[in-house]
Amino acid sequence: MPEQIAVTVNGSLVVVAPGTSVAAAMMRAGASCRTSVRGEPRGPLCGMGICFECRAEIDGILHSRSCQILCVAGMNIKTDA
Amino acid sequence: MLSSRPQFDVLVVGGGPAGIAAAVSAAQSGKRVAIADDNPALGGQIWRGETIHSDPSARAWSSQLRESSVELFPGARIFDQPAPGVLNAETMDGSMVFEYGKLILATGARERFLPFPGWTLPNVMGAGALQALAKAGLPIQGKRVVVAGTGPLLLAVASYLNQRGAIVVAICEQASLATLGAFGLRLFEHPGKIAQAWGLHRELARVRLLTSAWPMAAVGNQILESVVMSVKGTQQRISCDYLACGFHLVPNTELAALVGCRLEGGFVQVDELQTTSVPNIFCAGEPAGIGGVDLALVEGQIAGLAASGHGAAAEKLRRQRAKLQSFARSLEKTFQLRPELKRLAAPETIVCRCEDVTLSQLQPHGSWRAAKLQSRCGMGPCQGRICGPATQFLLGWTPDSVRPPVLPVKLRNLTSESHQPKGELTSVM
Amino acid sequence: MNAATYDVLIVGAGIVGAACALECARRKLRVAVVDLSTIGGGATAAGMGHIVVMDDSDPQFALTRYSQQLWRELRAELPDEVEYVECGSIWVAADDEEFREVHRKQAYYTERGVPVEVLSSGDLEKAEPNLRKGLAGGLLVPEDGVLYPPCAARFLLEKAQERGATIHLGPPVVDIGKGRIRRADGSELDGGAIVNAAGAWSPELTPGIKVRKRKGHLVITDRYPGFVHHQLVELGYLKSAHSVSSDSVAFNVQPRRTGQLLIGSSRQYEADHTEVDHGILARMLERAQQYMPALAETSAIRVWTGFRAATPDKLPLIGPWAEDSTVFLATGHEGLGITTSLATARLLTDHLLGATSAIAREPYLPSRTGSMEHAHA
Repeated sequence: MPEQIAVTVNGSLVVVAPGTSVAAAMMRAGASCRTSVRGEPRGPLCGMGICFECRAEIDGILHSRSCQILCVAGMNIKTDA
Repeated sequence: MLSSRPQFDVLVVGGGPAGIAAAVSAAQSGKRVAIADDNPALGGQIWRGETIHSDPSARAWSSQLRESSVELFPGARIFDQPAPGVLNAETMDGSMVFEYGKLILATGARERFLPFPGWTLPNVMGAGALQALAKAGLPIQGKRVVVAGTGPLLLAVASYLNQRGAIVVAICEQASLATLGAFGLRLFEHPGKIAQAWGLHRELARVRLLTSAWPMAAVGNQILESVVMSVKGTQQRISCDYLACGFHLVPNTELAALVGCRLEGGFVQVDELQTTSVPNIFCAGEPAGIGGVDLALVEGQIAGLAASGHGAAAEKLRRQRAKLQSFARSLEKTFQLRPELKRLAAPETIVCRCEDVTLSQLQPHGSWRAAKLQSRCGMGPCQGRICGPATQFLLGWTPDSVRPPVLPVKLRNLTSESHQPKGELTSVM
Repeated sequence: MNAATYDVLIVGAGIVGAACALECARRKLRVAVVDLSTIGGGATAAGMGHIVVMDDSDPQFALTRYSQQLWRELRAELPDEVEYVECGSIWVAADDEEFREVHRKQAYYTERGVPVEVLSSGDLEKAEPNLRKGLAGGLLVPEDGVLYPPCAARFLLEKAQERGATIHLGPPVVDIGKGRIRRADGSELDGGAIVNAAGAWSPELTPGIKVRKRKGHLVITDRYPGFVHHQLVELGYLKSAHSVSSDSVAFNVQPRRTGQLLIGSSRQYEADHTEVDHGILARMLERAQQYMPALAETSAIRVWTGFRAATPDKLPLIGPWAEDSTVFLATGHEGLGITTSLATARLLTDHLLGATSAIAREPYLPSRTGSMEHAHA
């Protein structure tokens, strides 16, 4: 049984299976990834690292493409909201 | 954060089917070969996640890859060619420089998105996108999904979701039943495809397939709640958790354009041996023409053999390629976009999602460049990859030429650490 | 092809041509503006949009200050998409030598009524926390600002059109002179006067004018609101070889209203192609990182190049061209086109109408010698 991975999304703990992307973890937590220029909530669109709608702050780095980054234990994920 | 400058006889950019086939084929003759891919794991889109282990063809090819001497660089995002034969890549924790004698571009394709009211709501995404997210841990069991848009990808995605316990409420294909029927008849020319199609048909027997159907609006308060579909002219509202909507594929040609390859009709121009207009650069798979996994595998093999100096061995594959290309052509014709789709976007519908530019803000301008300068459309991080194909379809605009970096990178990766003079190759063909 | 009669034909729909069109139309001249397919497609599209008072020479000060004040007067009318923000500039001093220059500038500006404030090392840290520690200080010029040039050019042209000006986008202009403009498709326009406001391309239309292309690079990042508050420019250029002919880079960062960071600057003479020059881009960004280390981790989303129109004495050419009494020049603005566009338009129109100008206009006359010949080539 592979070890589950615990990350935080906007301060809340989310536990995921290994191989889960940060985008999927954020969606599980019910968080949209970012807020658009006009203030709309946005989530992933392309799922493959091209649209940049999945940008979030990961361990302090802004504008990280969360759909191409796998969850690592202890990751601190913050969305725009 | 060390930078390294490995040198390869053949460098393959893209670790999907075409890239894997190319690398394996190139490595057969003992050349030093590598694959660089932007994702954390190989497989590209169609062999993403567990598929690379479960699909028989994928399993066979990745086993050959494992047994070969090909060096793998997952998580390497190529963003620039500062000098011929030199590519800069951003990695998870830094950057690196690749040097190559021959380059094979197997950069695949992305979904085409067409704007419609509400398409920017969270939980509206591409068809392949929902599948990719599901493979990366998004729970979909018991979730109601509408799959919409156009293309064979819709069936593949619906099948995947269905198998994982999602409730695929409907597949909404914009092509008409007659067009699909004609395509079905043409499948008889491609017996292998019939088995595939029949398998899918059985799999999806209980899923509603609606033709001449497209989304009129996605509705919800801050998140998707339902979709209004136009089905043969009448409107139907379907409540759902996800709308997986993509309008077939557009090739990822940005890197090819950056390194000087000529494009024709939006695709990378290649000859019989998958050679581009640049003599030491090859291209295989979707960027040379959307044709699916089987054609990608054949083109990848041809490119790999040609790049490693064994073009003659590629002769045997040419008939297969010709057959598959004919299938690809009928694919393109079948899933052509209907003119009705041009009217989906309302004046206040956002077209450029990076900068929130609406259709009405774009319409006064006569060209992509004028619209870009005046409205910022295309100036965001997606560099026009999402809004470009949409404006091309809606307004007939062709995008600008490509400049480095071909994707956003950390600023420090644009500084001189990446720009040493080219080293000497160990072997040149 | 039909020839039409106008009072003024302006070649170039960039910021300078647009400003001239509005000023001429405002003063009841019949104006036609001619360009290729895009408004503001040259340096106007590529540049930083910094409105800045400069003091490399008294005439440069006079023109930039006059024009900066005109922008400030216009600000209330500027639509939102022009993104005018009076964020101020800070001239950054890295060491004591540069800090002495801060004091010199402070005296110069104060004497001439430009509000400025000397910032100590500590003041500078508070004003711009992302600058590296240990800089000597700086000079804050609060009335400097930034805007988005393509939309500014469009605004000026639309105002000109409201007053009867017409805009003719299409085939390139191949010939100007003797009151006539001829385009590549054979079409012609006739006018009393022709204004060459074609920027980096102006010497192609008026051979012999001393304007050369000076290439620049810019980088824009994703959105980092609050990362930088003022336009920051280094004083370090004092140290580099006092050359107007070799390649150089300087630290120059602008906060855009979007929160994106615009990073420059570079200057090259012998570079005629639009491709990104990796070597000079790398040098430019290394310099930027030296002043603002945190830039290293920002996401750079686009890089582009553009051509400034440079003259030997760093002053633009505004006024009549001696070899053809119908031709006037409004070009050669180097990196100050946005800043000085409005004042250029005033002076240019004064020339056309034989009116007096608010500032002395001899230093910008195309016929000036002395400084043009003795300056480094």
